Amino acid sequence: MSVTEPKTQPKRPSGFWSYANPVKFLALSERILPTLWWLSVICLAVGLIWGFFFTPDDFRQGSTVKIIYLHVPSALMAINAWFMMLVASLIWIVRRHHVSALAAKAAAPVGVVMTLIALVTGAIWGQPMWGTWWAWDPRLTSFLILFLFYLGYIALWEAIEDPDTAADLTSVLCLVGSVFAVLSRYAVNFWNQGLHQGASLSLDKEENVADVFYFPLLVAIAGFVLLFLALVLYRTGTEIRLRRTRALLAREARL
Amino acid sequence: MKALLARDLALALRAGGGFGLGLAFFLIVTVLVPLSVGPQSELLARIAPGLLWLGALLACLLSLDRLLALDWEDGTLDLLATSPLPLEAALSVKALAHWITTGLPLVLAAPVLGVLLNLPAPGFFWLVISLLLGTPALSVIGSFGAALTVGVKRGGLLMSLLVLPLYVPTLIFGAEVARRGAVGMETQTPLLMLAGITLGVIAIMPFASAAALRVNLR
Repeated sequence: MSVTEPKTQPKRPSGFWSYANPVKFLALSERILPTLWWLSVICLAVGLIWGFFFTPDDFRQGSTVKIIYLHVPSALMAINAWFMMLVASLIWIVRRHHVSALAAKAAAPVGVVMTLIALVTGAIWGQPMWGTWWAWDPRLTSFLILFLFYLGYIALWEAIEDPDTAADLTSVLCLVGSVFAVLSRYAVNFWNQGLHQGASLSLDKEENVADVFYFPLLVAIAGFVLLFLALVLYRTGTEIRLRRTRALLAREARL
Repeated sequence: MKALLARDLALALRAGGGFGLGLAFFLIVTVLVPLSVGPQSELLARIAPGLLWLGALLACLLSLDRLLALDWEDGTLDLLATSPLPLEAALSVKALAHWITTGLPLVLAAPVLGVLLNLPAPGFFWLVISLLLGTPALSVIGSFGAALTVGVKRGGLLMSLLVLPLYVPTLIFGAEVARRGAVGMETQTPLLMLAGITLGVIAIMPFASAAALRVNLR
């Protein structure tokens, strides 16, 4: 039996989508990972050391203000990690690229750790400032709910054996969960008035935190973003290799 | 659709269908609360609306694994998936049957349990209204959780972890209606939000549930 060659080669995807090919993805991520690691380490070191040792104490909060360099970037990444998972899930549902599903899976534990860092640093700051480790403030509550969403998402990945079924179900959960996470955010706002201050950073506001705190904070945020990217690329690569190993083992068992 | 509804109702009402278990659970939770927080009637009166909502929610949650699991085991779901009835419609009907056999009895029992918790007089009306509006959302969201976890053996705990965060908005607005009603504040805003959530969920959720169930039936 001979396989007839197709007359015309199917059009190769080019540009961004070509990295849906695991081989190309791995090659690229291996090329840029060392740079990413170094950049994130440098940014984090510069941002945190600058922030911790070379900025003045706040006149009301004293040195506790410096936890902002961990709190704000991790909170930012906690939300953006979920957003990235949402986009990756959509890509998996629409275009069925395995790398995308695995990237969503790889991002979830990173996101949950970011959420945890934000919650814990917030509690440590809140103890001297608000006089309590925890208050049922809308922002705090919605972060706790986000944490629960992450746990559910990870648990669903763990519970299902078949990787494609797991990818499909978690993607659906991620979409539905996103809608409900936003709903919960507004419901929680309605439910209790806040203790938490407004956004520390925004593009459209005249008044942000003072410049002395602002620039090291930006560097720290850049460090967290780079760290997140590096971790997700690294973990996605691990997932791809893990799946490959399983496929090889299965083939071996069949022979 | 009617046949499916009648079948689900009949199965739930017959022996072994688990009808009444949710109610009994609701009763037990309500009895345990004063035992755990103390019998002071003014304290109970203040937390009664929220507690009754929480009890109803948990009772609803615990009966969810019956929504699809039995039909999954005996192959009924495969038949439903191949029948001309769209899976979305079948799941809506199943959620409706679940609501009639669990949600509605909970709504009817809530005022009686309210007496046990010393619920203030104006609260009874709003408690029933809020539960009547909110419990359909609980059933429909629950059907999504059931569809996600139907292929997982002993998925009860997993389903709780998945479904409870999704219940947050419904719980907040529902309990807020009951709480405001009990202390005589205006209830219109949370009531409208609750109705909005229920209607939106009824309209959209069956598609998500059906998508999840199709993956599991593959």
